[in-house]
Amino acid sequence: MKKLREKMSLPIRKMVHTILGILVVFIVIQILSVTGVLSSSLENLMPELCFYAIIAVGLNLCVGFLGELSIGHAAFMSIGAFTSAAFTNAAADAIPSVGLRFFIGLILGTVMAGLFGFLIGIPVLRLKGDYLAIVTLAFGEIIKGILNVLFIGKDKDGIHIALINSNQESLDPETGKMIVDGAKGIIGTPHATTFTNGVILLILTLVVVTFLVNSRTGRAIQAIRDNRIAAESVGINVTKYKLIGFSISAAIAGVAGVMYAHYVSSLTASKFDFNMSILILVFVVLGGLGSFRGSIIAAVILTLLPEVLRGLSSYRMLIYAVLLIAMMLFNWAPGAIDFRSRLKERFKRRKEERP
Amino acid sequence: MSLLTVKSLGISFGGLRAVDDLSFSIEKNELYGLIGPNGAGKTTVFNMLTGVYKPTQGTFLLNGRNLTGMSTTAISHAGIARTFQNIRLFHEMSVLDNVKVGLHESISYSTLTGILRLPAFFAKEKAMNEKAMELLSVFGLEKDAETLANNLPYGAQRKLEIARAMATNPVLLLLDEPAAGMNPNETEELMKTIRFVRDHFDMTILLIEHDMRLVSGICERITVLNFGQELLSGNTKEVLQNDQVVKAYLGE
Ligand SMILES: Nc1ncnc2c1ncn2[C@@H]1O[C@H](COP(=O)(O)OP(=O)(O)OP(=O)(O)O)[C@@H](O)[C@H]1O
Ligand SMILES: [Mg+2]
Repeated sequence: MKKLREKMSLPIRKMVHTILGILVVFIVIQILSVTGVLSSSLENLMPELCFYAIIAVGLNLCVGFLGELSIGHAAFMSIGAFTSAAFTNAAADAIPSVGLRFFIGLILGTVMAGLFGFLIGIPVLRLKGDYLAIVTLAFGEIIKGILNVLFIGKDKDGIHIALINSNQESLDPETGKMIVDGAKGIIGTPHATTFTNGVILLILTLVVVTFLVNSRTGRAIQAIRDNRIAAESVGINVTKYKLIGFSISAAIAGVAGVMYAHYVSSLTASKFDFNMSILILVFVVLGGLGSFRGSIIAAVILTLLPEVLRGLSSYRMLIYAVLLIAMMLFNWAPGAIDFRSRLKERFKRRKEERP
Repeated sequence: MSLLTVKSLGISFGGLRAVDDLSFSIEKNELYGLIGPNGAGKTTVFNMLTGVYKPTQGTFLLNGRNLTGMSTTAISHAGIARTFQNIRLFHEMSVLDNVKVGLHESISYSTLTGILRLPAFFAKEKAMNEKAMELLSVFGLEKDAETLANNLPYGAQRKLEIARAMATNPVLLLLDEPAAGMNPNETEELMKTIRFVRDHFDMTILLIEHDMRLVSGICERITVLNFGQELLSGNTKEVLQNDQVVKAYLGE
């Protein structure tokens, strides 16, 4: 056991600690909810914490490690959400098991979001300079616009897809069923997302990104962030590794989208707007660029906060703002960084003094 | 056949002719110097030889293969490695990881192998770590392996850049002012290291340097550049004693 600990590198050790922390929180929450201490509204919030933490971790890969700003990450989430929800609804008759449909939907949503990330990345990531931010912003608006007028229906003749609401009439009145209904989105998706599968997916995401970052590919990605010309000069194919990093980040946003789609009662495109993209970016920046653990903590705190502060509704935004500033200072102010490293040193020394 | 052949290489930036009609060739295992006053166009030559700039005139060949106009990445694969005058390290990464990035092409495994931690991952990482530590010890940096590149002292950063360049397993190493910012002792030590790299790795080295003690100490032949044009080439001692060269340096 001790040997194993010594063999693990620092980032892997950090990941293991984070996973243990997540599991402890998970068990405590389970106990609180079984004993009825936890309010039902808080209990309902638990899956939400998971998918926001997941997308924050995914975006941190893009912003913190790849060094590319994406301000349209909610769009990749919406692609994962709509793909999977359309599937779980359309396949309701063919596959009765909700769990199996959710699982297949998860794979489809993740792959589709990753694919879109790849397709957008091809033209944009070849350019030198910060073009990704503006393109992802536009992409977010375009996807939202398209999903708002997307109609998919299903009847005995098969699937009907239209970008205007014309196929409602063309659907067979007996067997017809709307799956995606324009601005009304998708309703009736089974609530397959739970706190348990959320925690599993969060841990899985954390493991994937940590292993990625601490591998040959991850080093190439970080090298490009630190110095593009130097990375090229040692033979790294910059476009290739940017595409890999961005696609994986988009795919992870897709995972969060799949969870979201199987959590809400009605899935609408309007939810995945600029505000949501910025909110996710706030998680990443506040949690610290390059710190997956920080992203998770920031996502959890900032998602819980509005709920916890519900009683103080008139001061809610004020407290929220003060907390944001406090977290910002804690993470980024030179004084605070100094203080934290001194604290760490002291801990280390105390440990070493112990026989 | 020479290892590197440069044939009337030139480039213009707008109206400025930064390098004009430059020709020279370097033999295998040679230590060759490129000198000249500030703004003479030395770094620009390196930038052309590594594909950072595309020459507007002339060609260059490595072992007879024309590399003119190829991308920086492709030229690195072809076997030219370099350091930078204004240090370009991966500053947020550890010293060890900087060298491991240099090993990117020579020791390779797929992204999926890395994410899934397949057996090949552990074997290749072990090989990378060993190779990287071996290179670091050549430059006396093995104790700093876990240090952030950014936190290294200036002289050590320059050495790390050479270690990273050597990790790409090049046939030609370009060093842009490797002794800049070093004190005489450090420079002395660096000269030994450069000689060691040449002998131990059977390397061919082209270096730019302002420190004439270093140039006359280790370069067998040099080319003097002035206002983008070749002033003189040949045996180091003879060239440095030439009146024209002295004049160019004193800036008459
Ligand atoms: N990208 C560029 N655009 C425009 N002019 C450039 C560019 N790169 C270099 N130059 C110009 O080319 C000339 C040669 O520059 P270079 O950096 O090659 O000089 P150098 O010999 O390396 O000088 P130093 O000893 O100061 O490093 C200078 O006049 C410089 O301003
Ligand atoms: Mg220069």
